[in-house]
Amino acid sequence: MKIVVCVKQVPATTAEKRYTSDFRLDRTSAESVINPLDEYAIEQALRLQEAGTVESVAYLSMGPEQASEALRRALAMGGDEAYLVTDGGLAGADLWATARVLAAALDKLAPDVALMGMASDDAKGSLVPGAVAAIRGLPLLSYGSELRLEDSVARIRRLNATGYDIIEAPLPVIASVTDQVGEPRYASLKGIMAAKRKPLETWSLADLGISADELRGAALTRVIEVRPPEAKAPTERIESIPPEEAATRIADWLAARKLI
Amino acid sequence: MTYLPTSEHDELRAVVRELAEERIAPRATEVDQRAEFPWDLKELLARQDLLGTSFEERYGGTGLDEISQVILVEELARADATTSLIPIVQKLGSLPITLAGSDEQKERYFPRLASGEWLIAFGLTEAAAGSDVAANRTRARRDGDAYVLNGSKRFITHGSIANVLTVFALTDPAAGGRKGMSAFIVETDAPGFSSPRLEHKLGIRGSPTAELQFDDVRVPVQNRLGEEGEGFKIAMETLDRSRLGIAAQAVGIAQGALDAAVAYAAERQQFGQPIGEFQGIQFMLADMASQTEAARQLTYAAAARVEALAADLPYWTSAAKLIAGDTAMRVTSDAVQIFGGYGYITEYPVERMMRDAKITQLYEGTQQIQRMVIGRQLLQRAGVGGRVRAKSAARA
Ligand SMILES: Cc1cc2nc3c(=O)[nH]c(=O)nc-3n(C[C@H](O)[C@H](O)[C@H](O)COP(=O)(O)OP(=O)(O)OC[C@H]3O[C@@H](n4cnc5c(N)ncnc54)[C@H](O)[C@@H]3O)c2cc1C
Repeated sequence: MKIVVCVKQVPATTAEKRYTSDFRLDRTSAESVINPLDEYAIEQALRLQEAGTVESVAYLSMGPEQASEALRRALAMGGDEAYLVTDGGLAGADLWATARVLAAALDKLAPDVALMGMASDDAKGSLVPGAVAAIRGLPLLSYGSELRLEDSVARIRRLNATGYDIIEAPLPVIASVTDQVGEPRYASLKGIMAAKRKPLETWSLADLGISADELRGAALTRVIEVRPPEAKAPTERIESIPPEEAATRIADWLAARKLI
Repeated sequence: MTYLPTSEHDELRAVVRELAEERIAPRATEVDQRAEFPWDLKELLARQDLLGTSFEERYGGTGLDEISQVILVEELARADATTSLIPIVQKLGSLPITLAGSDEQKERYFPRLASGEWLIAFGLTEAAAGSDVAANRTRARRDGDAYVLNGSKRFITHGSIANVLTVFALTDPAAGGRKGMSAFIVETDAPGFSSPRLEHKLGIRGSPTAELQFDDVRVPVQNRLGEEGEGFKIAMETLDRSRLGIAAQAVGIAQGALDAAVAYAAERQQFGQPIGEFQGIQFMLADMASQTEAARQLTYAAAARVEALAADLPYWTSAAKLIAGDTAMRVTSDAVQIFGGYGYITEYPVERMMRDAKITQLYEGTQQIQRMVIGRQLLQRAGVGGRVRAKSAARA
């Protein structure tokens, strides 16, 4: 069996972000990392490979050329090969364009499972897995806290309000996992050294049979503004007064917000 | 010649720093306060292949260059000096085998050491033989196809937890330490071996410093390193290289203290402004940073000499350890100063760093001994080496 994990390179959450005039992230401005939520998908895939359930793990990313760094880092954690779709025509791709490109690449790779993180740390849309599944006409097993594979069936456990749902679908599937799968491993030194020799192939849009015009024409969304989150109201401090008075003040504050 | 780090060096530093910040730094206070060896961190380092960096790939190591090994130790020590000592001693203990061991001995021990399954220790110092290595008294008497070891060692890092040791003992007491000492590989499950006592220490408190006792410990002849009588030479050549690791440790400790001091100076407010805005504090930080960087660059320069096996490498490693150790002591002490009263209490990490720094001026040759090595080399170059050398039987 074969898993392809979709990996996105994102700016580190701690990095200061700058935007271009058309509201695109200035990638040179920010330190980049593997989308932290994708690391759980990588961990899940590698655990299945270690257990012998899966023979090969590959990574797929769409992004600028420097996204190959994220793929190398993923390869250092484990897995066999990586594919980067990069093309000038992809700049500013919206989630629908992203999903189309990933779907086309996955058509080529034809894995039993295309595995993704539950969201990306930058845009936080959480829509790509569903969109890819829709385009490819495959079942979607989303938000798994664990993925299991048996013969021709994929099964996930999904946390619900009272326990777990077990959801299964015949292979091939698109699946996404949450941070419940377990802590992602650190790349070992030997892993890092080995990753340098693992195959990393670059594909253009033409390689996938998609034209840039077609993609741009298909954009469904447009960014009209980018703003940092609004500052929270300053913390109200209750200090240097007798405890009874402080307790009353806190109770009043909570009551005013209908919290008690 | 250039010592600019390569992209591989940068990558290694980033990888080790992430691991050290996320997994090692949070354990440092507890390891210090409980004075317990951090087995979990040893396992972590083993799993990440970071205990095998000084072993060749054919033994399961990663065979990193000397500068990379320095960077590894530096980044670990920046978070926790005790933990940085794990790879340092793995290398220190195995260097005698690297230098004088047979292929068979290497094949037998290196794979388990490179994987981190086994720990090794370096048993040279005795109660009455510290700087004066040649005053060693532990005996190794030949008996058939074995040597019988009797005596005791003191201050042996990891001696109580190691699976195997390299030990120095007199095979010819009449010839004295310089000519009559030999080196052995001793497995610690050998009958007659024990580790009766651990030291209580000022710093690197999670690192066990053990007394070792040898009561008729039989060591097979095939575990002798090199020829009889080569022990002193093997010990000196080991230390000539290994103290590079202590220089790296010192640079890392200094960097950790500097980083903590900069962060604190930016945050702590007095007189209505961050203390970092006072020139008096800025000048201290500037000195700390420049001195740390100078020590680092000298350490890299020494690493390049070790890598090239340059004839004057003892000069370089001694100079690096001397400067780096003194820098670590000064920078950590200044870090405590910048923290004010908070620097003196255990809630903040800099008092631990200051206590840890002190050891870098002491072990693998005290700072006085480093100066002797450097001075001796200078005079040798001036053509008076013979006389000076004959006089100093001290640890190189
Ligand atoms: C925590 C710790 C871990 C250690 N780990 C190991 C280990 O793993 N393996 C091992 O073999 N050893 C180890 N040692 C031993 C260490 O290397 C010695 O302590 C060190 O070499 C100094 O020896 P000494 O303590 O006997 O001091 P001494 O040699 O007694 O020195 C006392 C003072 O006299 C000075 N002095 C000595 N001779 C001269 C001279 N000729 N000229 C000027 N000044 C001189 C010294 O610099 C020092 O200031 C460790 C020690 C410690 C504290």
